[in-house]
Amino acid sequence: MKSRLRIPGVLTALVLVFLYFPILVLVLNSFNASKYGSSWEGWTLRWYRLLFSGESRDIWESIQRSLHIAIGASLVSMVLGTTAAWVLHRYRTRLQKVHFGLVYLPIVAPDILMGISLGILLITLGVDRSLETITVAHITFCISYVALAVLGRLQDFDESVVDAARDLGATWWQAVWRVVIPLLAPGIVAGGLLAFTLSIDDFVITFFVKGVGLDTLPLKIYSMARHSRQMPVINALSTLMLTFTFVVVWYVQRHARPALRG
Amino acid sequence: MNEFLVFEGVTKRYGDFYAVRDVTFEVRQGEIFALLGPSGCGKTTLLRMLAGFIEPDAGRILVDGKDVTGIPPDKRPVNTVFQSYALFPHLTIRDNIGFGLKMARRGKAEIAAEVDRMLDLVDLVEHADKKPDQISGGQKQRVAIARALVNKPRVLLLDEPLAALDLKLRQRLLVELDEIHDEVGITFLYVTHDQTEAMAISDRIGVMNRGRVAQIGAPAEIYESPVDSFVAAFIGDTNFLEGRVIERLGDEYSLVAIEAMGEIRVYNDREISPGDEIHLSLRPEKLSIQTSAPAATDEARNAIEGTVEDVIYLGALTRYWVRTGERRLAVERQHSRFLLDEKPPTWGDKVWVRWRADDGYLLRDFAPEHAEMLSLPAETE
Ligand SMILES: Nc1ncnc2c1ncn2[C@@H]1O[C@H](COP(=O)(O)OP(=O)(O)O)[C@@H](O)[C@H]1O
Ligand SMILES: [Mg+2]
Repeated sequence: MKSRLRIPGVLTALVLVFLYFPILVLVLNSFNASKYGSSWEGWTLRWYRLLFSGESRDIWESIQRSLHIAIGASLVSMVLGTTAAWVLHRYRTRLQKVHFGLVYLPIVAPDILMGISLGILLITLGVDRSLETITVAHITFCISYVALAVLGRLQDFDESVVDAARDLGATWWQAVWRVVIPLLAPGIVAGGLLAFTLSIDDFVITFFVKGVGLDTLPLKIYSMARHSRQMPVINALSTLMLTFTFVVVWYVQRHARPALRG
Repeated sequence: MNEFLVFEGVTKRYGDFYAVRDVTFEVRQGEIFALLGPSGCGKTTLLRMLAGFIEPDAGRILVDGKDVTGIPPDKRPVNTVFQSYALFPHLTIRDNIGFGLKMARRGKAEIAAEVDRMLDLVDLVEHADKKPDQISGGQKQRVAIARALVNKPRVLLLDEPLAALDLKLRQRLLVELDEIHDEVGITFLYVTHDQTEAMAISDRIGVMNRGRVAQIGAPAEIYESPVDSFVAAFIGDTNFLEGRVIERLGDEYSLVAIEAMGEIRVYNDREISPGDEIHLSLRPEKLSIQTSAPAATDEARNAIEGTVEDVIYLGALTRYWVRTGERRLAVERQHSRFLLDEKPPTWGDKVWVRWRADDGYLLRDFAPEHAEMLSLPAETE
């Protein structure tokens, strides 16, 4: 009886070790004086200093690029995804079923397929590669996530409040701005955050649509990882990103959720 | 006269289906006008055409002499209390009520004062800063009413405002609504499928059936003089009798042979002549029941002999089903005296059912399917 109960516990422990042990090693290695991280040679902050020195300027440039793209892509897809969700929810024609399929496709389609096809499209059109082409490529899949998040929110959206707003003298735009958007905001924001995280760590699609010298952070890290002497700097960068993520998630849990609940 | 709100040949079609068909009627300034009809008869469609959410396919709607068709909902001088309340869940009660004034770009101080006045009117002062999901259904309804009234609309539209509430609360809010109406003096157009609600609150009622207005009149008029079998059956219960006119008895009465029942006298509510086929509506409470044979009947009274087939005690009254020949009559008897003082008729008793000839009402139209709307069929075989 007791031994049977132990199995789930052991499994959980194994999974946790498997998931978090590498991260723990990474964090420790970012403070490891050893260049190769195969053995412990004492504490150091050298890699952090290196990360913030002029030598790592291209890392920071890639971070800037990634932020630029992620912010642009999530803002645009918040607008387009929300309107797509609204239309999908409101009109249930056969054409809308096709529309839903199109919105859903980027979520299930393999990234490599999207990457290659977008790459070919850019070549065919003869478009110069720039941050904007990457942003547009990211928007194509971010829209879908925002649309699904907003569709979820629309499930329990009582449309008569729009009529009520119009009845009380609001123009169509006022009704959208003062009633529809505030009520859908949790879905729009959730979709936008999801889009932001998906965009900022996208590798495959970016790989196919980026131009020479336009590495985003994931691509930059990949090219650095091929030269093992730069590994410790990557560890330091990853540790900082991890800390940042934890702080943001903690803050959101702590403050934003109760505020959304009203 | 003071026809304030006018519907003129208003029609709305969905494909081949007429949701509202050639509806014409007038509402007077300051009155409570009820649109009464079964679910699906087109009440909401009519209301939404007045509010501006749907445009009619034909006809016009005038408010205070001005044609409002084609004007968007936010520019019409009417406000609506929606069936589902439709309160803004993200705003406080205060901001819900102030929404219309804010849209009208009124000053902050003015809005606050008006909202306070409304909160006071609907007795919600202590809930002003709550959100809609923190108050009860009855309170939400009052917020919806305040939110509409604060804009001082020319007409207040109410779409089944009490339908979602339980009976006791419904009765209380009905009284409150009536008081609010007295206080603000605004014209109310009140949509409901509940005839007691319509009777209780309105000055006049328009009875709707299948997209058309069947009859318009004061509650008593509709109840006492229904034009057809639909109105008679929808407003309260009744007995339908069908027969053929035998002869005129002077100016006022005619002698009619009722199928499977015998000869009775009816009041000439309209011009009839011997040989005409007629349909009569006879309300159960107009009939009286007695166990002894009546003395010689006068010209204005009818007496029919029968057997008590069923007795249903309903508290304030008792309903009897009396079999006469092949059909049954519903009779209702008020208990004005304590029941045990006398011996009431009971199952199997031989009784006489009596009524005044002018208590039956001659219907202009009759359709057999309307008899099925009654609580129990008149024939059992
Ligand atoms: N948008 C629509 N499309 C098709 N039929 C509709 C539409 N709106 C209403 N109807 C039909 O019109 C009739 C009247 O509806 P409604 O005005 O809501 O009735 P009521 O409010 O009296 O219950 C109903 O039979 C309904 O099915
Ligand atoms: Mg309705």
